[in-house]
Amino acid sequence: MSQYRLPQGGIVNRDAPLSFQFNGKTLSGFAGDTLASALLANGQHLIGRSFKYHRPRGIIGQGAEDPNALVQLGEGSRTIPNVRATQTELYSGLVANSVNCWPSVDFDVMAVNQYASRLLPAGFYYKTFKWPAKAWHFYEERIRASAGLGTIPNEPDPDRYEHVHKHAEVMVVGAGAAGLAAALAASRAGAQILLVDDQAELGGGLLAEQRQINSMSAYDWAKSVEAELRDNPKVQILTRSTAIGYYDHNFLTVVERRHDHLSESDREGVRERLWKVRAREVVLAQGAFERPMIYGYNDLPGTLLAGAVETYINRYAVKPGNKAVLFTNNDNAYSSAMAMLSAGMEVQVVDSRADAEHPLIAQATAQGADVLKGYVVTKAKGGKHVKEAVIQQLTPDGRGVVQDKQQQEVDLIAVSGGWNPAVHLHSHTGGKNRWDDEKLCFVPDSSPQRQVSVGSCNGSFDLYESINEGFAGGLSAAQKLNSTATAELGFIPAAESETADMRVSAMWLVPQNTTPERSPKAFVDYQNDTSAADIRLAVREGFHSVEHVKRYTAMGFGTDQGKMGNINGMAILAEALGQSIPETGTTTFRPLYTPTSMGAMAGSNLDDLFDPIRKTPMHAWHTSMGATWEDVGQWKRAWYYPDASEDMHAATKRESTIIHSNVAVLDASTLGKIDIQGPDAAEFLNRVYINGFKLLKPGRCRYGIMLNDAGFIMDDGVTTCLGENHYLMTTTTGGAAAVLNHLELWLQTEWPELKVYLTSVTDHWATISVNGPDSRKIVESLCSDVDFDSEAFPFMSFQDGTVAGAPCRIMRISFSGELTYEINVPAHMARHVWSAVFKAGEAYQITPYGTETMHIVRAEKGFIIVGQETDGSMTAHDVGYGGMFSSKKEFIGKRSAQRVHLKSPERKQLVGMKPVDGKTVAMEGAHILTNAADVALLTSLPLKEPIKMDGHITSSYYSPVMGHPIALAVVKGGQQRHGEKVMVSDHLGNVCEMEICATTFYDLEGAKQR
Amino acid sequence: MYEIDCPWCGLRDESEFHCTGEAHIIRPEDPYALDDAQWTDYLHHRSNPKGLHFEQWQHSSGCRKWFNVARDTVTYEIKAVYKVDEPKPAFLLTDDQSANQATVESSEVKA
Repeated sequence: MSQYRLPQGGIVNRDAPLSFQFNGKTLSGFAGDTLASALLANGQHLIGRSFKYHRPRGIIGQGAEDPNALVQLGEGSRTIPNVRATQTELYSGLVANSVNCWPSVDFDVMAVNQYASRLLPAGFYYKTFKWPAKAWHFYEERIRASAGLGTIPNEPDPDRYEHVHKHAEVMVVGAGAAGLAAALAASRAGAQILLVDDQAELGGGLLAEQRQINSMSAYDWAKSVEAELRDNPKVQILTRSTAIGYYDHNFLTVVERRHDHLSESDREGVRERLWKVRAREVVLAQGAFERPMIYGYNDLPGTLLAGAVETYINRYAVKPGNKAVLFTNNDNAYSSAMAMLSAGMEVQVVDSRADAEHPLIAQATAQGADVLKGYVVTKAKGGKHVKEAVIQQLTPDGRGVVQDKQQQEVDLIAVSGGWNPAVHLHSHTGGKNRWDDEKLCFVPDSSPQRQVSVGSCNGSFDLYESINEGFAGGLSAAQKLNSTATAELGFIPAAESETADMRVSAMWLVPQNTTPERSPKAFVDYQNDTSAADIRLAVREGFHSVEHVKRYTAMGFGTDQGKMGNINGMAILAEALGQSIPETGTTTFRPLYTPTSMGAMAGSNLDDLFDPIRKTPMHAWHTSMGATWEDVGQWKRAWYYPDASEDMHAATKRESTIIHSNVAVLDASTLGKIDIQGPDAAEFLNRVYINGFKLLKPGRCRYGIMLNDAGFIMDDGVTTCLGENHYLMTTTTGGAAAVLNHLELWLQTEWPELKVYLTSVTDHWATISVNGPDSRKIVESLCSDVDFDSEAFPFMSFQDGTVAGAPCRIMRISFSGELTYEINVPAHMARHVWSAVFKAGEAYQITPYGTETMHIVRAEKGFIIVGQETDGSMTAHDVGYGGMFSSKKEFIGKRSAQRVHLKSPERKQLVGMKPVDGKTVAMEGAHILTNAADVALLTSLPLKEPIKMDGHITSSYYSPVMGHPIALAVVKGGQQRHGEKVMVSDHLGNVCEMEICATTFYDLEGAKQR
Repeated sequence: MYEIDCPWCGLRDESEFHCTGEAHIIRPEDPYALDDAQWTDYLHHRSNPKGLHFEQWQHSSGCRKWFNVARDTVTYEIKAVYKVDEPKPAFLLTDDQSANQATVESSEVKA
């Protein structure tokens, strides 16, 4: 038994000793300990070094508020940086190490920073390293190495995570006194309840409470409430579960830690669950955080919050010291004094209030506490642990201290600067807070949500008041759902408890004989080493908004987000600005409430599950042929099919050559397909395309360009008239969903009178595009019920036919410029027809080709790809399709296209490009210089001013059939510049001379596709 | 995350919906009667109020219907949902706005 573990008391399981390691030392604790309580039981206060000055720091709190007790937990791929020891349940084999110290926490080289601290004020790095600008890279590397806390694992996270959705009638956050009371009331009133608490055991502060509730111990009362709740099938309880975010419309996220408390060998299944909860009513009972006292060297290990000391004694049976000073400005802390006395400690109370009076003070005095009223601790002394507290009397006005000092030898300074309600969740969705002048804290005010705060997170710090408020809050939540609900509570809380009417007086910054700048450092944000003097410096330098001061001093930026010291900091700021605390305000409380693993955020949305993957029915065939893949939206498309020795260039050369000479097949199934039916279908098409569709006869196909209402190209594709009032529209692969939405928006909002029905059939039909001079022979051999004569089945028409036994729609449309038959086949028969086509084509050296070759052959024809040649600012005129505009009808984008600047001949227009040397393939995205002479400037960096550009290359390939590279580009006024030679430069510095030409390179008359 | 009461499907999470901008933008009856500046105003200029805002939403992962939402841009409270062809709910409007809306509707009917 260590000298700091009390022989009895607490709720740790003394029959279950656990062994663990801290900084390589093997120590032991009990089941029910946190890492912090186990370390304190072993007399280990010193945990790590501070962020900036590398000052020694120890455990100061008991939960989420602790800024100091950060450790590197675990090893290897499961190591977690900056874990709060106060919230880490002890398990057998736990391994923890200090962070931010080298070579060890006891002897840290960088600790010299603290002796230079006067030279390292707020903004030090900004001021010192801003010049010369180029050198920042040099400084940054060194500053980053000496700052920072723990280290992240360098292997992938081996654990699994998941997301769960949950609906609750009443969600109660926090299972302390108020939360349990709220859940009990709501459950007795018949509501369906979700109760979440971040600890392993329900009870919150009751687990360290010595008073009685309803004639039983607080602990037993908590257990009896828990038993009743667990017995109710409408109540779900999540322990080890932190509500981390409160979002609009009562949507809350909760992280449930399922096995971090177990030895690594016992961990199975999902590590963390992220619960996404939609609650009808929310009761917040998160509790409160104690404030520190801000005096010289208030960060020395051995300094703890008074409430934390009480918890370590009462709950964990750990005594954090033997001889203590308790420094307070409020009555509440005397309950901590009594806990310390009952643990056998010597206690000197230093109360800043000269007029302090409360029954608790009398009780503590009767139990042996020595109380100094009107005194303050001005400074702590010690190296790696407190050794002395310097105590001085306040002047009568409370704004200064008298010269006389008493020095008291201590091994613990317990501090209590009052309490801050945990208003975090309340504030996440824009809930307002109100400054309470009596309680000296922000308390929740109005909220846009259906929620109520109860207990100490509402500023009701007295135990019995808290329980009463919990009951009322839980019952009213249930009654909002069912106005006739009632709850028999069978409980009469003490109306006038001994803890009623507790008072607190302001003591935000302990006065010194010297100015704060000349005084020993008094820390406000312990994790970021922000001192009271830093805040005052920020004000002197012109930072007045609390949000600016936060960012300049880093106050509240740490992993604790200022839960402990922030309000003190804002009060110090208010005083420096000569204004009130509510005038100064708080920084914004945002999710997440406490640090949360990336794994919980990601859940199972990883790797292949990150985004849906769409595959065509022929996907397995492409795989078996060794296809490489191109991602197009969510689709996997075959990119090219390299033989063993081929690179992309060689493969596409082979694929594109055989299209022109024999036959090659593209899987075009990914094109968007929209089935359009209804008596007004033709009128509808006429309104959405720039060209006419009213006269399109059944059996015919037509290419159309679609604009958005602003007159820019949105999509293109072929629409086929399948029969009277029945059309099949194809869209680009990536644009399918957007086009369907666009069409539906117009139908539903502007043209509700049109009787038209749109159905996406993209996945229902697969498309086998057979291209090349031999394509007809192959398709004809598989299909006996269609007349393939070009009179009967001309270009831009369609036939229903049976191909290899499957009912298909065969379209004579071409995206390659060659004779093409596109076989549309019901998806479930597509794989069969695909194989039949390849079998029938063996004699013709039939070859599959992918999207890269598709791009080459369409560029040879000058066919645009929406999204490649166009970028959302291109008009039909710009790409040379202005002739398609119908003057006889109104269509979407027509008025906009007539705007003066959209008709300007100086706009960037689509052109073809050829390299003058006949062999250079320009880079896509390369820029076209306005003045060819500016090439010289490219080698004289840095530029004095930007080089003027006329446009850029949108597509660029080597064309085997043409025997030279070809490109498409957009160039200012390009349609009038054919024959002009321009200089083209890419981001790698390559320059080549190119000639502007027409967009069509191959088969200028278009005879082959017909 | 909002919870939106689709007029066709009932309460659903926001992740099933898309907002497509301000509602009640009346398309000019004759676009060619407008000069470029007036047409551009119709195309692009939208109000950005602090407080009550009328928006078009689509239940894109549900029934795919568009409908209107009256939403408070400060509290994010949804005050009303109603179908695309319905007027702004009277209970949300001041007397002046109601009178104005009646005028707009009657002119639409005439057009």
